[in-house]
Amino acid sequence: MQWLDARLPLPRLMYDSFVAYPVPRNLNYAYTFGGILAIFLVVQILTGVVLAMHYAANSAIAFDSVEKIMRDVNWGWMLRYMHANGASFFFIAVYVHIFRGLYYGSYKAPREVLWILGVIIFLLMMATAFMGYVLPWGQMSFWGATVITGFFTAFPLIGDPIQQLLLGGFAVDNATLNRFFSLHYLLPFMIAGVVILHVWALHVTGQTNPTGVEVKSSKDTVPFTPHATIKDSFAMAIFLILFAYMVFYLPNYLGHADNYIEANPLKTPSHIVPEWYFLPFYAMLRAITFNIGPIDSKLGGVLVMFGSILVLFFVPWLDTSRIRSTAFRPVYKIFFWILVADCIFLGWLGSRPAEGIYPALALAGTIYYFGHFLFVLPVLGLVETPARLPGSISESVLAKHGGSGTPVGAAAAPETKG
Amino acid sequence: MKKILPALLAMGLAFAPASLAFAQDGQGPTENSASEQAAAGEDASAEAAEEGHAETPHYPLKEPETLSWSFAGPFGHWDVGQLQRGLKVYKEVCSACHGMRLVAFRNLEALGYNEAQVKAFAGEYTVQDGPNGDGEMFDRPGIPSDYFPSPFPNHEAAAAANNGAAPPDFSLLAKARAVERGFPTFLFDLFSQYQEGGPNYIHALLTGYGQEPSPQVESLIQEGTYYNPYFISGPALAMPPPLSDDQVEYPDGAPQTVDQYARDVAAFMMWAAEPHLAERKATGFVVMIFLVVFAGLLFVVKRRVWAGTPH
Amino acid sequence: MAGRKLRLCFKGVAATVSVHDTAEPNRRDFLYIATGAVGAVGVAAVAWPFIDQMNPDAATLALAEIDVDISQVAEGQSITAKWRGKPVFIRQRTAKEVEEAKAVDLGSLKDPVARNANLPSDAEATDANRAAEGKEQWLVMIGVCTHLGCIPLGQSGPYDGWFCPCHGSAYDTAGRIRQGPAPENMAIPPFEFTTDTNIRIG
Repeated sequence: MQWLDARLPLPRLMYDSFVAYPVPRNLNYAYTFGGILAIFLVVQILTGVVLAMHYAANSAIAFDSVEKIMRDVNWGWMLRYMHANGASFFFIAVYVHIFRGLYYGSYKAPREVLWILGVIIFLLMMATAFMGYVLPWGQMSFWGATVITGFFTAFPLIGDPIQQLLLGGFAVDNATLNRFFSLHYLLPFMIAGVVILHVWALHVTGQTNPTGVEVKSSKDTVPFTPHATIKDSFAMAIFLILFAYMVFYLPNYLGHADNYIEANPLKTPSHIVPEWYFLPFYAMLRAITFNIGPIDSKLGGVLVMFGSILVLFFVPWLDTSRIRSTAFRPVYKIFFWILVADCIFLGWLGSRPAEGIYPALALAGTIYYFGHFLFVLPVLGLVETPARLPGSISESVLAKHGGSGTPVGAAAAPETKG
Repeated sequence: MKKILPALLAMGLAFAPASLAFAQDGQGPTENSASEQAAAGEDASAEAAEEGHAETPHYPLKEPETLSWSFAGPFGHWDVGQLQRGLKVYKEVCSACHGMRLVAFRNLEALGYNEAQVKAFAGEYTVQDGPNGDGEMFDRPGIPSDYFPSPFPNHEAAAAANNGAAPPDFSLLAKARAVERGFPTFLFDLFSQYQEGGPNYIHALLTGYGQEPSPQVESLIQEGTYYNPYFISGPALAMPPPLSDDQVEYPDGAPQTVDQYARDVAAFMMWAAEPHLAERKATGFVVMIFLVVFAGLLFVVKRRVWAGTPH
Repeated sequence: MAGRKLRLCFKGVAATVSVHDTAEPNRRDFLYIATGAVGAVGVAAVAWPFIDQMNPDAATLALAEIDVDISQVAEGQSITAKWRGKPVFIRQRTAKEVEEAKAVDLGSLKDPVARNANLPSDAEATDANRAAEGKEQWLVMIGVCTHLGCIPLGQSGPYDGWFCPCHGSAYDTAGRIRQGPAPENMAIPPFEFTTDTNIRIG
């Protein structure tokens, strides 16, 4: 080790980053999702690489090659279901991770770059997941690809040429499938690259913690190993139990039955829905049914949808509060949970057909979504009276333990929802 | 213990709807409330669909009945006798119009047949092979590595022979048809492990002929189609009622009724669509046991590691 | 699930590092070892599907049998059939070739075993054990050089049998290795004559 260290300090880097690295001692389980995400990136890459050994990216045989994986390849059914459900669990974890960041103010100075890298990872994940969903070449794959690439036609003048460029034709076809496969293979490694930057940035600034008070002394921290590793491991095991439950017992629950019908360019399924993790954005896309000045409803919907992600980039500067952790912001806490409910509500609306009252509800949900980031976040930070902050992490921890007979029980409650 | 709760809460964020369902779980996860509104005809891809688009009521008009299947639940397994009967129904009735191109004769060994029986079964089919030394395609008896031959050479021929509605292939049909479950049933399904929408639908469809449509619906039915309130993408479908009592002879004494035929062929189609289902659930059981034990150990280790560290 | 692997590397560390502020600092804890062991078992179990998926799949394994019509193969002629992606030489040997093959002293053979899938694995490499049973003129063998997998040329080389152009292995008229780097006689696949003019390989 010393021999290697003198020439390439990789062991030292690993030791400093994952063994001796000090982490705040009061991190709760909401902070374990970063590690869970790392695991799922590895799961997806490993299962993806072996699936690619059997998959054929040709529109004539893609569907059958997937079925061959399901029927004939040794363990193929398990590998494919792991990959398909792994995508969903990747998104479950990333949403918890994002909301945890929002709750504890993990985007605030000095962690803006860390946050922005995270949003970039999120965008790359969405692109990867979307292109991966096209590969089985079922009806939903095909029409999902048609609809999503159709977004670009909303832009005047350049829209149609851009769509043709993306598709390699006038409609989704073999050329599209081939390039999506290529990019679907490439993007995860780009994600891995950005993840390294993300972790690097994290280790420069250090983690936040549920109090939002920066680490002040070594009393506030514990070494990463064994404390954080074992806690992360336990959380991962729990998460893997849920994952295994879906893979082995409900593998098609999160999918769509129409994707077991081979793509047919001449017949659209009557009700196209994206995968569940895109539903909130899909709802916002469909919420805009009216023209806004010179912007027609189609472009408006696309702009709103892209805007809903872009707005995340600006969160570090939209939030004006001096207090980092929502645990000490009694009013914002309410708005935060409304936002969470709003996103779930939008997700449900995204799965509904665009008829009746649904578009109106979707519009209301969309307005709140943007209102939260563009109005609540800047204004509330200026007017809200925060609760009293603890002096340091160790002070807050010891206060909890000093109190009543139940050491960490009830007092932990406000800060533990992630 | 004290940290488990926050963990659950953290997950609760993602699984908020799920935990909601859990709260209501006392009412029974398998309960199918009648108030469930008929779901949108989400799966309109049925190629046999001949739907009227104007003024569409939501299809199917009636929800399929939820039956109990041997392959449902965490210990699901195939009822081999049922699958054999289903194969017989498929062979003697359905296969006249419906192919099953992804299933090979060799797969039938999973239905409890031995190699010789599979060989004999395959030999009853004629398969096109070639080209031979003269460059000609030729017919030969099937062998176990062959796939079930389709009754029509291509989609167009199938459509032309069937009044424009090509009979869908059976290979994946049991997974390709799902009547929407609606809120909150789809949340209960998480806990009841409901994955049998396909077979339930197939059974309901096969037994759903011969009912009297309401006058309002009747006006939507097109010429040459057959009213079936369970059809997923319209009031009526192009397939005439395929089954009748005593049509297929069962050697094992099972009742020779349309209902039984429908159950058997639906189970058979589930097998055709997901041949590794039983293996999957058995593997899952081992994996779950392992993970629970492992998580338990990790939890104890975690407690010990953190024992001297207030946090 | 395979991701658990990565995590375990860390956990392995966790298991061996004693906790700095517990009451009994230097105690090697059975619990840690047990947890690490269970984790290791899990990793091994998960690794297997990822390896096994590379093995031939069920459809490939099922493509076991082909029928070859040999009615057009006259004495001194050969045809090549494709079985499991490999060429199978089917040759009706001349009487002279059979004589030559029979005359070979078994002691001079490089590989004394018949390599015939229809016979026990220790059968001697006599001509009778190489040729089709009861039809000594017919030789059916997988036409792949046992050195590095090239396809040898027929009726050439110093032994009048097959000669591999890649690295110079020479086989005799019964397909037995006589000279060159190849270690074994060319393999005889499982086959049978279903009729006088039809061979079923596999």
